[in-house]
Amino acid sequence: MLNEVCYRVMPKDISSWDDETLSKEKTWTLEAYRAVGGYQVWEKIIREKTPPMDIIAQLKQSVLRGRGGAGFPTGLKWSFMPPQLPGKGEKYVLCNSDESEPGTCKDRFILSNNPHQLLEGMLIACYAMGAKVGYNLMRGEFWLPFNRCEEALREATEAGYVGANILGSDVSIALHNAATLGAYICGEETALMNALEGKRPNPRFKPPFPANFGLWGQPTTINNTETIASVPVILQRGADWFAGAGTEKSGGTKIFCVSGHVNKPGNYEIALGTPFSELLEMAGGMRNGAKLKAVIPGGSSMPVIPGDVMMKTNLDYEGVMQSGSMLGSGGMIIMDESTCMVAVARRLSRFYMHESCGQCTPCREGSGWVYRLMCAIEEGRAEMSDIDRLRRVAKQIEGRTICVFGEAIAWPVEGFLKHFRHEFEACIKQGPRTVKR
Amino acid sequence: MSDTHGLSQSTASVIDVWIKKFPEGKARSAVLAGLKAAQDENGGHLTNEIMENIAAYIGLPAIEVFEVASFYDMCEFKPIGRYKLSVCTNVSCMLCGSHAIVDHLEKRLGVKMGETTQDGMFTLRDVECLAACINAPMLQVNDRELYEKLTPESVDVLLDRLIAEAKSGE
Repeated sequence: MLNEVCYRVMPKDISSWDDETLSKEKTWTLEAYRAVGGYQVWEKIIREKTPPMDIIAQLKQSVLRGRGGAGFPTGLKWSFMPPQLPGKGEKYVLCNSDESEPGTCKDRFILSNNPHQLLEGMLIACYAMGAKVGYNLMRGEFWLPFNRCEEALREATEAGYVGANILGSDVSIALHNAATLGAYICGEETALMNALEGKRPNPRFKPPFPANFGLWGQPTTINNTETIASVPVILQRGADWFAGAGTEKSGGTKIFCVSGHVNKPGNYEIALGTPFSELLEMAGGMRNGAKLKAVIPGGSSMPVIPGDVMMKTNLDYEGVMQSGSMLGSGGMIIMDESTCMVAVARRLSRFYMHESCGQCTPCREGSGWVYRLMCAIEEGRAEMSDIDRLRRVAKQIEGRTICVFGEAIAWPVEGFLKHFRHEFEACIKQGPRTVKR
Repeated sequence: MSDTHGLSQSTASVIDVWIKKFPEGKARSAVLAGLKAAQDENGGHLTNEIMENIAAYIGLPAIEVFEVASFYDMCEFKPIGRYKLSVCTNVSCMLCGSHAIVDHLEKRLGVKMGETTQDGMFTLRDVECLAACINAPMLQVNDRELYEKLTPESVDVLLDRLIAEAKSGE
């Protein structure tokens, strides 16, 4: 099974996903989306007045879990929204399209090439949770994806799928695309809400949780792009079909973005539970026949896993956890034996220093400490005791911040030191050297 | 024509369009779109005056617009080149040779990352992941088009094209 859910509209052969072929296919149009059965689920829901609780029950049965990184069960999340609100209170559905986790590039392909499926998913989400307004918030750098989503929204509005009195019914739902001006932290759900409110996108304390106090203080549900785009196919082909594709606790398919030292890097949407070795084979194996050294399995915030352990790992939430990391966003960074793990860790720590919003002192200051220690180690200017200092600084950030960005700094450090400490020691033993960056 | 508080009519109308996407009384949400439109119109960077005008037009204290703008990577506060080249150097791109792309750009243009060429044509930016990891290494021009699977040769082709485009536009 390959690319049958979020990428169902795309050509089956992944190697043909270049600009030239895709421009010919125009997969992002309403016509192309209808040709694969698009909007049939939405039409049926409107026609049959499907009870919202039935939709949420089906999602629960499908074992769909949040694809943004946390893996929270989607049906359960939707059920947290208060069904009735007194007075004129609005409820909101937000799509988190702020894809910025290093190693992750799945949502950009959905937004650019299959935007209608995301819109259909958002409409269903709004309907199921009783929201009349939905926002799809993209990172500011997503210029083409934003334009494609705007064009899709125009088409869908003209066709009567979005707006007032949808398809002649008494259901009215407004959808809007919006964009930030580029900041990783906007992918944190409460920061995303602040960004959309036009405030500095600092994460908020939880509780209160968004389902009670979200966008503009109203009940809000935030889902990742891939999660929402999965919904129409789940309802079309059935919860059991989707659940059956995965494992008992990790239902369905998931997109894995395979990047780094492989022959055929690409986005592979495959059944959860697939052995990593099979995914590596799909991606054409290691470049130049090199040996696999390590994999960052779920975007840069997840701990690195040594190659031999990864080759025995099954790609589902539990399997990757057993191997000492997390499935996260599905961004798989593949590294061969030539990779300097200290250089990789140092580069990632620069990312976290740059992206810390600065709100919590342990993160704002700690991220800089981590980066400077990494630089000193890589350049051989550090002492052996600095390795433990690095671990200690990282540990002191974890759990002491408003959002999980603190963990995102600390976990990779812990992972690199756990499996590749000898490389950090070797850099220090080697003594001072100039590192080319 | 209503008072645009020093903003151009086109930036003011962009803000008006965006205000309609949000509930009544939530005009502040249009600040991001306003900053983007004004920056594009001003040749790629924002000034204090522009931000004060946006604040006045939306009805916010100027400091609230400054603190939003200063947070984001896409906002520029000094004049930049006609073409901003944002090169990703995060891990996936690094593994696929972004160093060579950076070296090549710096050598050919005679400036370092973060700097602008003397003729005002190019600004180089070393940026974080732009979500094109499977087509690494990559760069983005003026926060719009992506150029992927770069080699020093394809970078040359791009630079030549942009230089020619600039010349023909003058």
